[in-house]
Amino acid sequence: MGLVIILAQRVMYAALLLIAVLVLNFTMINLAPGDVADTIAASMGGADAELMARIRADYSLDQPFPVQLGRYVLRVLSFDLGESYFYNRPVTDLIFERLPATLLLVVSAQLLALVAGILLGVFSARNPNGLLSHVVTLFALFGYAAPVFWTGILLLIAFSLKVPIFPVAGMVDVTVSGGWFVKALDIAHHLVLPMVTLASIFIALYSRLCRASMLEVLGSDYVRTARAKGLTPREVTLKHALKNALPPVVTLAGLQFSAVISGAVLVETVFSWPGLGQLALTAILARDTPTILGILFFSALVVVVGNLVTDLVLRMIDPRVRGK
Amino acid sequence: MTVPDAPDMPATPKARSPFSEAFEMFRRNHAAVVAVVVLAAILLIAIFGPYLYPGDPFDMVWAPFTPPGRDGFLLGTDYLGRDMLSLLIHGARVSITIGLAAAFVTVTIGITVGALAGFWRGWVEEALMRLTEFFQVLPTPLFSMVIDALLGASLPMITLAIGLVSWPAVARITRAEFLRIRELEYVTAARAGGVRSGSLIFRVILPNALPPIIVQAALMVGSAILFEAGLSFLGLTDPNVASWGQIIGSNRQYILDASYTVTVPGLAIFVTVLCISLVGDGLNDALNPKLRRR
Repeated sequence: MGLVIILAQRVMYAALLLIAVLVLNFTMINLAPGDVADTIAASMGGADAELMARIRADYSLDQPFPVQLGRYVLRVLSFDLGESYFYNRPVTDLIFERLPATLLLVVSAQLLALVAGILLGVFSARNPNGLLSHVVTLFALFGYAAPVFWTGILLLIAFSLKVPIFPVAGMVDVTVSGGWFVKALDIAHHLVLPMVTLASIFIALYSRLCRASMLEVLGSDYVRTARAKGLTPREVTLKHALKNALPPVVTLAGLQFSAVISGAVLVETVFSWPGLGQLALTAILARDTPTILGILFFSALVVVVGNLVTDLVLRMIDPRVRGK
Repeated sequence: MTVPDAPDMPATPKARSPFSEAFEMFRRNHAAVVAVVVLAAILLIAIFGPYLYPGDPFDMVWAPFTPPGRDGFLLGTDYLGRDMLSLLIHGARVSITIGLAAAFVTVTIGITVGALAGFWRGWVEEALMRLTEFFQVLPTPLFSMVIDALLGASLPMITLAIGLVSWPAVARITRAEFLRIRELEYVTAARAGGVRSGSLIFRVILPNALPPIIVQAALMVGSAILFEAGLSFLGLTDPNVASWGQIIGSNRQYILDASYTVTVPGLAIFVTVLCISLVGDGLNDALNPKLRRR
């Protein structure tokens, strides 16, 4: 009962946030000098005032700003993001074409980072002055300081050019034919490098936090009790310590969704991964307003949904949150 | 009646100023000390390097793709035959300036929002924290890419774009510190003594809230350098100004022919940001001695 109400509140709040995102984006883009009519005119090699006016009328750019804004918000709420100026296709089509690739990259990188981060954190916390602990510290520093596109390029040089184990770019190899399983393997093969690159930042983050959190929990009274009653170190670590050390890590992971998407834009560019980031870059360079707005909206949506999911997971693994 | 002799007290150590204590703590963190030295060297290069390498770094000076070390070009030349060392030195100035300026914008907005939210509570806090959450939902790079592309990719605009999307972290820390400190006795005392809100915020609370903010600010310089590198790697920067990210972005197609044109500037970014984060750790040790035992 309580859960349903809380969930409904959260969803309402998320919806309000998204509408605010829409308003801000639309305002910002309209404040900028130059519009699509200029771009079209430039690509045609110039246009006279009459033609410019016609282009503006075609794209409803001659309406007053509040009218344009209101129309836009209403249209988005009915899942219509308009027509791309650049591709001459509905923006929703463009986005849904690219969204799976980005989601695949973002979700797999986030999962890899969580699993690897937690494992590294747990093992290094068992021996705070051991070799693994130092490795985690070093890795955390690297993950923070290395520009993600540089990490990507280094991996690309190492594992695609010098030792060609993985493909250089793209998501599918057109020469590969076969059943869905072969195709899935092909995509997975292409996914490895981008996923590892993107995850590297977050592995560093999560392993560091997980290590600190584990160290704190391992010093607490109930862990001493668990040890005193004769549980094996493995049982103590997994059943008593990890369970309590996990919530901060999950919370942090939830807050990182926006950062993961940010990183994805760069990683997609390095590996020519056909996702939203690539689309966004093209759209920005072409001043394709509807497409940019659509992508911003969808990435905000992914972040908001990611936060909601984190909230739910947190409620499942941490009874203390449920009380609140 | 005589006063009984006081028992022998151990000699009290001379009270030390907080600064010398902080300095001592910082000095014990060897990695941070090394990082300060390296950073100082990088800063000197950024300040004075362009005088050693005068002229436009974009000028073609030699055959393209001259490998490092040949013909007197220590770091070789890139795909347009430009001297990589000169590009790197001129780029250092741009990257570091943007890093510092963007961090300044971030910290200014963050402190203002956080301090007002933490001090006034009530609806002010509610409104400002909602604003902060809103900015955390926006996918920051995309958002700043848009700001950047729309307002023109000049260096001040890039700085502003980075600052506008990065402040929520600073605001949260500032607010948390204000919430804690405003309930302390010396603040109540100052309030009872009739100190006005303005000086309560800036003279009484803010100085005591600064330590974690300073650490965060140091880290922000690193993040801003990374951020700028990312934007210019994507080509969303002034193409006529060399920055580390811009060098990587423009040479990206040629990693097959000349990987050093990409790896070396990346290394420069990496080392700089690494040192900044090590200094941040050192500052943390120095300014938050309570956390040191962890």
